[in-house]
Amino acid sequence: MKLDFQHRQAAHCENGVTTSLLQHHGVSQITEPLAFGIGSGLFYIHIPFLQINNGPAIAFRTQPGLIFKRTCKALDIPVERKKFRSTKEAEKILNECLTAGQPVGCQVGVYYLTYFPKEFRFHFNAHNLIVFGREADIYMISDPVMEMVTSLSSYELERVRFAKGAFAPKGQLYYPKEKKDVTDDQIRKGIRSGIKKNASDMLHVPIHFAGIKGIRYTAKKIRHWRDKLGPQKAGSYLAQLVRMQEEIGTGGGGFRFIYGAFLQQAYAYHPIDELMNISAQFTKSGDIWRSAAVQAAGIYKGRIGTQADFENMSDYLLASADIEKQAFRALSKINWKAS
Amino acid sequence: MKKEEIPQDLGALGKITGEVVYAVDETGKYTTSLSNGWEVKSSALDVAWKDVEARIEAARQKVDKRQASPLLYFMELRVMDIPIVAAYTGFWKWQVKKHLKFSVFEKLSESRLAKYAALFEVTVAELKNMQNHEA
Repeated sequence: MKLDFQHRQAAHCENGVTTSLLQHHGVSQITEPLAFGIGSGLFYIHIPFLQINNGPAIAFRTQPGLIFKRTCKALDIPVERKKFRSTKEAEKILNECLTAGQPVGCQVGVYYLTYFPKEFRFHFNAHNLIVFGREADIYMISDPVMEMVTSLSSYELERVRFAKGAFAPKGQLYYPKEKKDVTDDQIRKGIRSGIKKNASDMLHVPIHFAGIKGIRYTAKKIRHWRDKLGPQKAGSYLAQLVRMQEEIGTGGGGFRFIYGAFLQQAYAYHPIDELMNISAQFTKSGDIWRSAAVQAAGIYKGRIGTQADFENMSDYLLASADIEKQAFRALSKINWKAS
Repeated sequence: MKKEEIPQDLGALGKITGEVVYAVDETGKYTTSLSNGWEVKSSALDVAWKDVEARIEAARQKVDKRQASPLLYFMELRVMDIPIVAAYTGFWKWQVKKHLKFSVFEKLSESRLAKYAALFEVTVAELKNMQNHEA
């Protein structure tokens, strides 16, 4: 059985799942940038005492699962979310949802995700996709990063739903509980609260390695990487930074461009000129992140690699931090009543 | 990023699907387009895999010298670490750590070896001899 469901491609998996599920539930206004912005998706964190794949643990977005949760909450849509101990139970509930006509969001690991190219299959467990039908043993899958719909056998699906390690999905599935019309006023309110929360997260999070301070923290670290780690490992660290920033799912520039797009779409609901100006600031910051990536590539490909090159790299990050700080300050000072 | 600057350097993912990127058009308005990849990030991914290969090779040499058990080799081959191996097999992390010693590994029961072999998708014989049938 195949549900009447429209596959939509997105830059980022969780945004994409959120957008598609909400669209399916009658929220016709929702787009990927709106879901990302209302869910306060933009962030930066560099966790010092943690390593991922033997490199630095850096993220350009908020914690997995929060975008869906916050966006639904902001739009007053009740959410069902379940984790499972037993694989049997997980499959049973999934099948029941599909029989009831409900497409389901699933958190999965990518290591055993058969339709992904092998090069991308690390043990990363915070990927999201939608199951929207089943024919005998084959489940129909809408994976937001793919252009086309795809499929997994029940064994393959069980394997990715029960991937192990950090962020183990434990068969987690989620979906909006009811079909609902959302008014433009609710969207407006969601945009306001999303921006306020995002500004406060980036500016005032009381951790020295998160938000704007986090970007500066990484910038400071990079200055020492060459001497401390040696050129080889320092290059690997920079490559990891670039992967977190540009790899599948960020829309380019570590989500900064998606946020720029969000502010432009927000302008349609709140015609405040500043939103457009601040959007341009995020474009600028994203461009600097991209330039930093080019600089990093020069280093990890061995084309350049002096201490001055690392300092340049660090300066790019500081420049981005300054722009984003100003941009979020301006956002937190917007007078919403004017619109 | 401007729309005309969107890179189209065919990468591993680009062969299967284009990926959505956000970029501004000539009027400064954001639109989405598909990118086939960007050389800067595909080379970052190459770096990551080269590191993995170096770790696999280092593990192989350690096992040859009996400084580690074949578990280490297969763990690196499958891009895993101790917590991941422990989570999949049901062993405790400290047990996996112990089994990484050659002398301890040699005395492991068939049923324990079978658990590891299943995880690494090899036979017990291949596990013991550090044979990778895909290579």
